[in-house]
Amino acid sequence: MSMKTVNFTINGEARSVQAESRQLLVHCIRETLGLTGTHVGCETSHCGACTIHLDGEPVKSCTMFAVQAEGKSLTTVEGLAIGGTLNPVQEGFWEEHGLQCGFCTPGMMMTATALLRTVNEPTETEIREAISGNLCRCTGYVNIVKAIQYAQRKMHATPAPEAVLQGGD
Amino acid sequence: MIPASFEYVVAHSLEETVGLLAKHGSDAKILSGGMSLIPAMKLRLAQPVFIVDVNGVSGLEYIREEHGELRIGAMTREAALERSSLVKHGYPILFETAKVIADPLVRNRATIGGNLAHADPANDHPATMLALGATIVAHGPHGDRLIPIDEFFPSFFASALEPDEVLTEIRIPAPSVRSGGAYIKFERKVGDYAIAAVAVNLTLDDHDTCIAARIGLTNVTDVPARATSAEASLVGHRITEQAIADASRLAAHESDPKSDLRGSAEYKRDLVRVLAGRAIGRAVSRARGGSH
Repeated sequence: MSMKTVNFTINGEARSVQAESRQLLVHCIRETLGLTGTHVGCETSHCGACTIHLDGEPVKSCTMFAVQAEGKSLTTVEGLAIGGTLNPVQEGFWEEHGLQCGFCTPGMMMTATALLRTVNEPTETEIREAISGNLCRCTGYVNIVKAIQYAQRKMHATPAPEAVLQGGD
Repeated sequence: MIPASFEYVVAHSLEETVGLLAKHGSDAKILSGGMSLIPAMKLRLAQPVFIVDVNGVSGLEYIREEHGELRIGAMTREAALERSSLVKHGYPILFETAKVIADPLVRNRATIGGNLAHADPANDHPATMLALGATIVAHGPHGDRLIPIDEFFPSFFASALEPDEVLTEIRIPAPSVRSGGAYIKFERKVGDYAIAAVAVNLTLDDHDTCIAARIGLTNVTDVPARATSAEASLVGHRITEQAIADASRLAAHESDPKSDLRGSAEYKRDLVRVLAGRAIGRAVSRARGGSH
């Protein structure tokens, strides 16, 4: 078993870990780094519970090897809140009851945060398309969409939306 | 779901990639987006001993028109194709294809080169590239080799790439006057493979007679394939409702779907008929200058 040293930044912190080539990134995040907010759902690239940001883009961390993260900037759900203040998407999930069992929630929030950073005012259709790679087995999509719309309104009600959504990268 | 052990190397140039492939032969596998390879490795359907990660090779992500062709770097992500206004407005069939591959998160990683090199008849780009008459650029120890898409899928899950070649570029002829294309996929849910999908690209003359037509099929044949008798039935004729119905029936007849969880062979064959009719109709509308 050959181990490799992998260096990356996660939630703003530089880390160096030892990883076997075949270790999936999600297992490195959860088991090596102890960041268990990122969930393992299907492990087959379908459910999106393992969604993280890789250099700012949402990707499924069960379908990457940890060694591929060399030199990258990662953000997990633990990196969304800044100084204990929820980011607008997290606040939206809280206010609009955007979760039931909570298993898909970290992935949903990572995808939603990335969406609202790239699309100013997504329509409901665009929101639903954006989260189409994240499955909620409680089927709580109506409130998840409302939560994302809440975040969108919150960002637009604030003078500098970019500053508000700095969490997540 | 843990893949079998393997040795992992990041290549930083095409030469280094080809050198590693030449050295390790069929033990080696290229990792680009990894969206097909890694799931296959987790299921141990693929157990490569040596992985060459080409994400370190720069200069393979681009979409540009030159020399009368659309040229796409093999490492171009599906998300980039979806966002490209050149693709959206100039090659709507390609936009429609990229947009229905897997889901948005997968498309942030998945590459067009990987989608083709994987040679999966259930993948979406093969049918579209067959319809567009694309050319594949393969880079090997002796430089570049051009492979017509019609020769790129020789057998089940195999591509025409040699073990020491890497796919670097896809070339698509710029659309001629009064030509149009469409890709229509039917899937159970987002992220699934097609139950069936049909890609059509055709050209009309000034009198609305079809002078060229190519039709590609997804997930209803053992290897990515064209519906050549359906194509032949269109060429030389005005595209009437009857001509579309006849061509669609021929396309269905040429498909060879298998019964599985996605439906019976009979159902899928009829789906090919319906989708072919819709795709031909949309392609004709685009050839006449409409957008739908």
